[in-house]
Amino acid sequence: MKIPIQTKVSKNIVFLGLLAYAVIILYPLFWMFISSFKSYQEIYSNVWALPTDWKFENYSIAWSKGISSYFFNSVHVTALTIILTVLIGSMAAFVLSRYKNRWIDAGLLFTIGGLMMNPQVALIPLFEILTVTNLIDTHWALILTYVAYRLPLTIILIRAFFLSVPKELSESALMDGCSEFGIYWRIYLPISLPIVFTSVILTAFFAWNEFLFATVFINSSELKTIPSGLMVFRDALRTDWGVLLSGMVIATVPMIVLLIFLQKYLVRGLAEGSVKG
Amino acid sequence: MKIKKAYITPILFMVPTILFLGLFIYIPLIQNFYNSFFEFSVFSQSKEFVGFSKIKELLVDEVVMIALNNNVKYAIISVLLQVFFALVLAAVLEDKFFRRFAPALRVIYFMPVMISISVIALLFGFVYNPQIGLLNSFLELIGLEELAKPWLGNSTTAIYSVIAMSQWQSVGLITMLFIVAIQKVPKELYEAAEIDGAGKIRKFFKITVPQVKEATFVNLLVTVTGSILVFNEPYILTNGGPGNSSMTLAVHMYQTGFFKDDMGYASTLASLIFLLSAMFALIQIKVSKTGKED
Repeated sequence: MKIPIQTKVSKNIVFLGLLAYAVIILYPLFWMFISSFKSYQEIYSNVWALPTDWKFENYSIAWSKGISSYFFNSVHVTALTIILTVLIGSMAAFVLSRYKNRWIDAGLLFTIGGLMMNPQVALIPLFEILTVTNLIDTHWALILTYVAYRLPLTIILIRAFFLSVPKELSESALMDGCSEFGIYWRIYLPISLPIVFTSVILTAFFAWNEFLFATVFINSSELKTIPSGLMVFRDALRTDWGVLLSGMVIATVPMIVLLIFLQKYLVRGLAEGSVKG
Repeated sequence: MKIKKAYITPILFMVPTILFLGLFIYIPLIQNFYNSFFEFSVFSQSKEFVGFSKIKELLVDEVVMIALNNNVKYAIISVLLQVFFALVLAAVLEDKFFRRFAPALRVIYFMPVMISISVIALLFGFVYNPQIGLLNSFLELIGLEELAKPWLGNSTTAIYSVIAMSQWQSVGLITMLFIVAIQKVPKELYEAAEIDGAGKIRKFFKITVPQVKEATFVNLLVTVTGSILVFNEPYILTNGGPGNSSMTLAVHMYQTGFFKDDMGYASTLASLIFLLSAMFALIQIKVSKTGKED
């Protein structure tokens, strides 16, 4: 089959465009990585060059000057958020997919309605509620609110998957004397691991990167998570750009690693999610 | 007795969700509207009823107009890049000419989506830096140094610089959603069109665009809603400045509440943001419901 010359030219132009866009995305990230090994003077005097002297100590300085504590705070908050969101969300999804009556319809509406609310809008009332309950400036302020704002989407995703679990499985389990909890725990949850993974990734990404609540609800520097901690870090460092950039790289690497390992689940989850809107 | 027992598990299973959504989503929503009628500050529990005076304040607040204007700019540019450009990009990546490179390019384009907005905003602080910034030194390198400027410190370019960074981060996500939608289009449609001798551009407009109509509409609404809510990018990069030139509604709300300590007026602003975004969310829920029926 012959390809007309015109198509060949336009194909190459499009390909150059794709490459140019890839460079626009990658170059700043590459620059961030390379410059994280530079001294302030070197970043300032030659912004493009590779480091002449690779300052690996930027990473140990960043780590010991605060990033380690932000990092472990983020791990703590993210891990608990994931566990609670997936557990509570899948339990609700189980009920909402397995039964059918007007209470279930109401419950579904209640859940979907939660999607309409946004963290920005709830900021001030949540600040009041957390102050009154003495949760402000604790990790629970973040964990509880993160769980609440991740639940609607998680429930909708998992429910869509649960709906496809064959009824015969749970019926025969009931015959064998399995409890409702057993059906959830031994049948629905194990079958639905792919969508559970998707929920884990989406929740992890949200909790690891959330900025607004992390800034407003946590005051103590030693309790801050990475996104808000980086701001404290920047203000404390002033001109130590190499160290700041090392901190930024440390904040980024876990998510990139997670993306690479779990990307097939992410794509599948996006497919599920885009069907149901 | 037996029936009652059967209901215990479902009720227990729903209780945590009802508590979480009730306490942290629905009560705050109601409380926010309630707060709009009061004068109060961050650190005091007492609230003074002021009726509709905060709403009157909203109607004459010039910053609201600037912010709304910026939110609209955000929406227009985001729709152009995140909906139209992303759709074209997704179609190109799914084209068999580019199949070989598509997986690598997909991961590259998606990468910024996974990175924290604080990292990205700090990074773009370096890109836009007037002295050493990558953007200015790139312009110098290609001989366009007269275009170099303090991108974030200039009241005409600040908002566009913020918007550009947002696009850099988000286009990949919407592209991915479009790729997923395009992969669901029946292959036979394209094969039939090829037999009829249709070119790529024709296939894009006659098959791809109509077939992913629903995904396009959902992405459109998500993008517009996101533009009404945008907070992180302008807050970290410019804090709404210089002057109020890159202010958005959410940044204005935050500053009013937590810096000017006028929580009542901030709540009024939050109610405005809610009403605007809820409008689009309602349309979205309605549309995706009707989609399920056919």
